[in-house]
Amino acid sequence: MAFASPSITAYAVEATEFPDLSRRYRVTGVPKTIVNEEIEVLGALPQDAFIEQALQRFVHDARATE
Amino acid sequence: MALLSATDQQKLRESFGELTRPVRLLFFTQTLDCETCAVTRQILDELPPLSDKISIEEVNIILDIEKATQYGIDRAPGIALLWLDGEGREHDSRVRFLGAPSGYEFISLVQAALLVGGRASVLSDENRARLAAVDQPVTLQVFTTPT
Repeated sequence: MAFASPSITAYAVEATEFPDLSRRYRVTGVPKTIVNEEIEVLGALPQDAFIEQALQRFVHDARATE
Repeated sequence: MALLSATDQQKLRESFGELTRPVRLLFFTQTLDCETCAVTRQILDELPPLSDKISIEEVNIILDIEKATQYGIDRAPGIALLWLDGEGREHDSRVRFLGAPSGYEFISLVQAALLVGGRASVLSDENRARLAAVDQPVTLQVFTTPT
């Protein structure tokens, strides 16, 4: 997704190696995705559902029609 | 000693045959207080012998803080994937890994390298269009474990 959009940067973080990050974002199960430090997405979702939950609010057209 | 079996090496060699452009892995490391930097380097060193399109460049995050900041990597081990155009210019894929790429993460790293190196995306056309419409900076942090 990062590769498909110049606005997106993606990190795959090894949770056990960085317990400080896991604590900060309350990672108790994996995969868990944190979007801009605030939105949490749990589990591995199909791409449609992931985009809906994680990214829809950052899409220009979606905001315009809200 | 090789970490990968001869069979795995051969499979990877075939996969990397799909690469249509050079991929550079920036390996962010530090000398002290990095338990998994050595093993990460060892894992990454397995890749260039399997494809002349894959290269590794080591960046010390303490000594080269400018580059670490440029790529948004403030801890080690970290990996940023770049691709090179026909003139040898670097292009950031904005795909990063933090932590040693062992176990399942190694497969993710290989998949990322293939994507950055020109393989078709698994995203649907519709989703690619939605992503292209993201017009403010978004940072995704995907927490995983090795197994």
